Amino acid sequence: MSATMTSSSAPSSRSGYRAPVTDQDWRNVGKWGGLCTLALVLVSLIGMPVGLDRRILIHPVLSLGYLSLLWIPLVLGFVVSRHVELEGVESPEPGGRDLLAGALTGLLGGFGMAVFIVALDTFNLRDPLVNWSPQLLELLNYGRGLGFGVVAWIAACSVLGLLGSSIHVIPAGVRRVVSYGAFGLLGIAVLEGAIADLSEGFGLQSLTDSIYANRGGVTVVWSIVLVVIIGVVSMLTRGRFKAAKANYGELQGPERKRASMILFLLVALLTIILPLFLGTIMNELLANVGLFLLLALGLNIVVGLAGILDLGYVAFFAVGGYTTAVLTSPDSPFFAPEMHFAITLVIVVVFAGLVGLIIGAPVIRMRGDYLAIVTLGFGEIIRLLFMSDWLKPYFGGAQGITNVPGVDLGFVTIKGTDPRSVFYLVLVFCALAIYISWRLQASRLGRAWMAIREDEKVAEAMGINTVNAKLLAFVVGAVLASFSGAILVAKVGSVFPNSFMILVSIIILVVVIVGGMGNIAGVLVGSFVLIGVLGGPRQPGLLHEFQSFKLLIYGALLVFMMLQRPEGLVPSARRSQELHQEEFLQDVWLKGEEREGEEHEEELHAAEASGAEGSGA
Amino acid sequence: MSHLMEIRDLKITFGGLDALSGLNFHVDEGEIVSVIGPNGAGKTTFFNAITGLVDPTEGDILFDGESILGLDPHQVTGLGIARTFQNVRLFPNMTVLENIMVAQHCRTSQLVLGALLQTSAFKKEEREIEERAKEVLAFFGSRLVGYRYDQPAFVLSYANRRRLEVARAMATQPRLMLLDEPVAGMNPMETAELTALIGRLRSEWGFTIVMIEHDMRVVRDVSDRVVVLDHGVPIAQGSYDEVSTNPDVVEAYLGRPAEDQA
Amino acid sequence: MTATIERKSARQVSKVDRFLTFIRIFLVSLIVIGVLAFIAQQVAPDNPFARWRNPDAVGLTGDQFKGLLMSGLSQGAMYGLIALGYSMVYGVLGFINFAHGEVFMAGAMTGFIASDKFSANGLWESNFLLSLVIIIVLAIMVSTLTAVLMERVAYRPLRESPRLIPLITSIGVSFFIQNAVMGVFGPSTKSYPQLPQWLSKQRSILTFEIAGTKLLVLLVAAMSMAGLWYLVERTRTGKAMRAVAEDKEIAALMGINVNRTIVTTFAVGGAMAGIAGILWGLLFRSVTHMTGFLPGIKAFTAAVVGGIGNLPGAMIGGISLGSAESIAPLVILEPLGVPGVSQLKDAVAFTVLVLVLLFKPSGLFGEQLSAEDRA
Repeated sequence: MSATMTSSSAPSSRSGYRAPVTDQDWRNVGKWGGLCTLALVLVSLIGMPVGLDRRILIHPVLSLGYLSLLWIPLVLGFVVSRHVELEGVESPEPGGRDLLAGALTGLLGGFGMAVFIVALDTFNLRDPLVNWSPQLLELLNYGRGLGFGVVAWIAACSVLGLLGSSIHVIPAGVRRVVSYGAFGLLGIAVLEGAIADLSEGFGLQSLTDSIYANRGGVTVVWSIVLVVIIGVVSMLTRGRFKAAKANYGELQGPERKRASMILFLLVALLTIILPLFLGTIMNELLANVGLFLLLALGLNIVVGLAGILDLGYVAFFAVGGYTTAVLTSPDSPFFAPEMHFAITLVIVVVFAGLVGLIIGAPVIRMRGDYLAIVTLGFGEIIRLLFMSDWLKPYFGGAQGITNVPGVDLGFVTIKGTDPRSVFYLVLVFCALAIYISWRLQASRLGRAWMAIREDEKVAEAMGINTVNAKLLAFVVGAVLASFSGAILVAKVGSVFPNSFMILVSIIILVVVIVGGMGNIAGVLVGSFVLIGVLGGPRQPGLLHEFQSFKLLIYGALLVFMMLQRPEGLVPSARRSQELHQEEFLQDVWLKGEEREGEEHEEELHAAEASGAEGSGA
Repeated sequence: MSHLMEIRDLKITFGGLDALSGLNFHVDEGEIVSVIGPNGAGKTTFFNAITGLVDPTEGDILFDGESILGLDPHQVTGLGIARTFQNVRLFPNMTVLENIMVAQHCRTSQLVLGALLQTSAFKKEEREIEERAKEVLAFFGSRLVGYRYDQPAFVLSYANRRRLEVARAMATQPRLMLLDEPVAGMNPMETAELTALIGRLRSEWGFTIVMIEHDMRVVRDVSDRVVVLDHGVPIAQGSYDEVSTNPDVVEAYLGRPAEDQA
Repeated sequence: MTATIERKSARQVSKVDRFLTFIRIFLVSLIVIGVLAFIAQQVAPDNPFARWRNPDAVGLTGDQFKGLLMSGLSQGAMYGLIALGYSMVYGVLGFINFAHGEVFMAGAMTGFIASDKFSANGLWESNFLLSLVIIIVLAIMVSTLTAVLMERVAYRPLRESPRLIPLITSIGVSFFIQNAVMGVFGPSTKSYPQLPQWLSKQRSILTFEIAGTKLLVLLVAAMSMAGLWYLVERTRTGKAMRAVAEDKEIAALMGINVNRTIVTTFAVGGAMAGIAGILWGLLFRSVTHMTGFLPGIKAFTAAVVGGIGNLPGAMIGGISLGSAESIAPLVILEPLGVPGVSQLKDAVAFTVLVLVLLFKPSGLFGEQLSAEDRA
């Protein structure tokens, strides 16, 4: 810093110097404030507040309906005061300006909301806006009339904006306690169904009865208690988790193998024991999640490992389902051999492999985006064929095939009425799929896939038969999808063409991408979080109130992840590095400086030697 | 005596422009031949034709006596022809070791079953792949070994990337290596080092080498023979001394002296 | 260290190529047989060949055929208008805007809301032309706004990303818009009000009987196409669009504001789709939040058929696809004995898509790709 700067009282006023990027920009506040209003109004008009009001998170204070609105000023307040950290540039200390920015953003949003409420009261735009209703007005006014509503929203949004921006300002310890506490509480509220069910299984019913109020939601008292408990726990375990992870990372060789083994056994034990303590509804949910997990694992191999965007993946799901139905159901129209599930499975694998080859062979050489659309086309063609009157004598047309028996294993019959058994069957196949993904990734084929994903032309020049490699990925994915189809049909007892719409392919794609493409753990997390909580294409999840809104959230989530975090929620180290090459490079460069110094010495010596050689030649 | 690679009357036309015409050329086992010429002379197109990335309009390319026209690039590599790229094209997010391991794909065979069942054949092959990769990398001294193995390729310095590019070509176990401007952009120390290495590629590893280069010192130091291309046509062939004093070659690079132009 | 190398046989026609050739031959024979059977049914209905696959074949009267053709043409014109947007965006940015179908739907929805209001307050009946003009203007505004917003929010940050990432994002955008519209306006089917008699009645042109509405569709599509042609070929903006489509970087070096040009491209494509939306609403009179999905994919097919990036190609592709969709079920499939052919109408479009991408991905008139996109 030059002498002239220090002699002035305020650098910005003296020299007109404005810190780049990192200071507060009031136009920014205007923009985010406007966005706040827009988001609040849009969410209201979509019907989320009214539709989600039934689900109470904290009784009697906070329902999911209100939360669907209140998160907006909170998050936007956070975003407004986010500063970009630049190496070597002094960024201004977060402080009053940021709080003000957050509060103002919230204020603008609240003001917009107030205008909206007044409009809601004055005009009737029910046609065409279906959710423009008195119920919405009541809800927004908290049942206390227009005046209250207007003031409440302006105040609440400002406060929330302020709170959002305060996240930057408060010390790290407080931030940790508050965020863990809040999210922990949210989790407990959201997972009410699962937790209550589980505790019933363990006989801890009385505990959950007191935590959760009768009408749903955590009681206010317990909310406070839980936040405190979680906060304290997070303070006590501060750093421990990270240290443990670092320790695990440092482990080498046989020690690492042992640690992984133990970890794996623990997880396996948990997943096997858990369903025994859960009731029917929860097991049904788990079975559903499992089916989609199986599909996602297959698509993960195709998209994540080999880099092929297959939008018609649902076609293999359908082939598996229909093959099973035709071969096992006595009501199969044309050909009803009523085989046992085990034999059917073998035939399903062969068929799915064949269909995979037939569809895959021609498309595999196309460029990525065309391939995506062609596979979409194939997926639709197959569904239309299964639904057509033309093929009705074979596949039952729009009415499908019913009366598909469950899986008879002698000592137990696995069918839809016993979801726990279905879950165990699904678990076996998921384990198989995980094993396949894991082994293939760390093999010669996996490396070939990686190379193809990186630079296909060069991969070919390196001797890799790219057509064969991609086709293999396609076929493996097809087989895994067909497994899922077979189990689904055995579980539900029937097959209908409309279970196999493009929607399914897209939802699985979202799961894979949001979870973490190419990464098994990511896919697991994605499936549980998305399908488990929000629900599948037609099946409800834990929060079944989201039925009408889940597709919207899937779409928004996909866009958001692609823009902000394309590596997914649980990124593989490699993928994260791939997508954030700049940061990684900087880190390596900074860390490698010491090494480079030594290396430079070596280079100098070597060069002296070869320099003498070269000039003599 | 048959040549390792023979090019007969090769002609490549791109929409009206003759990128190459009337090229006759051969390489014998164990030779190092340089291909030089001003920019746009068709040198990289020549390499692309050999490796199957471009289809010739006329002519034939023979490797070990048999035509390799129309083969897919991976088949050409399988036969024993490897190449490097002018603008280094590594697999940036794969580690140094993985780049070399994947280059051995066409020399190895384990597929799905081996990986899934973890057969002893599979494990043996994986070990061999890793060992061979380390052997290849060791050729470059201490540059690409040790902690470098697990670094993703995009962190490497420019010179190291060029070396890795050559290492990758080596790993495909070729008989013929096509090096496309191997020392482009290197400083004199690095150039000298790599020149010596190219010599060792022939003497220690037995590769036959065809090299495109602009740096005449490298061409002079290492080639047995030089071929000069200009506007897609070969205008001279011979030893470096013969070619460098050939007036046509001088004219191609530098133009005619003003007083000679009518 | 030279390893032994197995001699691989040279020049092996791969099994995949053989398979593809087989498919080509199979499909061509299907089409030929179907058409021949159709002709036989028309010309000599009692001939055993005519009755061979489909004993109940009735064949089409000339009027029926012409009617099908008119439907096909008008539907195809709308596909063409939507296809223009796909083609332009692909030409400029190199990716498929999966959400373009939703831009079309937005126009159709706006048309519904506006026409519904006009119908309620009587303007629709009293001054139809004025209402029509207003709803077209409104629809264009809304679709353009939708397209521009999409570009700004979801696509601009991803300019440098590999091609698949914006495609995936556009799938998300498509989903979002579909369901947002469903949320805000409800899932019910929306009906446009009745069209005045003088417009919708059948007219005779040359020997063709055509409903007035379809004629309107064709006329408006032609006018839009002409306007677009003028914009692209004769104005500076159009020149800038063509330059950016060729090579973004060089265009920037030539002083063209690339960002603004891209926004303009999205806007123009959006406007075309908005017009198509109104026409669709007038012709089919019903709109839902899912209305954009199928026509979107079909319009993309049309863009590819004509050669992606090629604007006249997109329109011609659209018209061809529309006609094929209309005629093929009855001319090819029914004579082959396929029952319930009208269900398979959508399958025709998807099959055309698959076939074109398999056998001639550069389309009828060749792709106009930018330098970096030429694979």
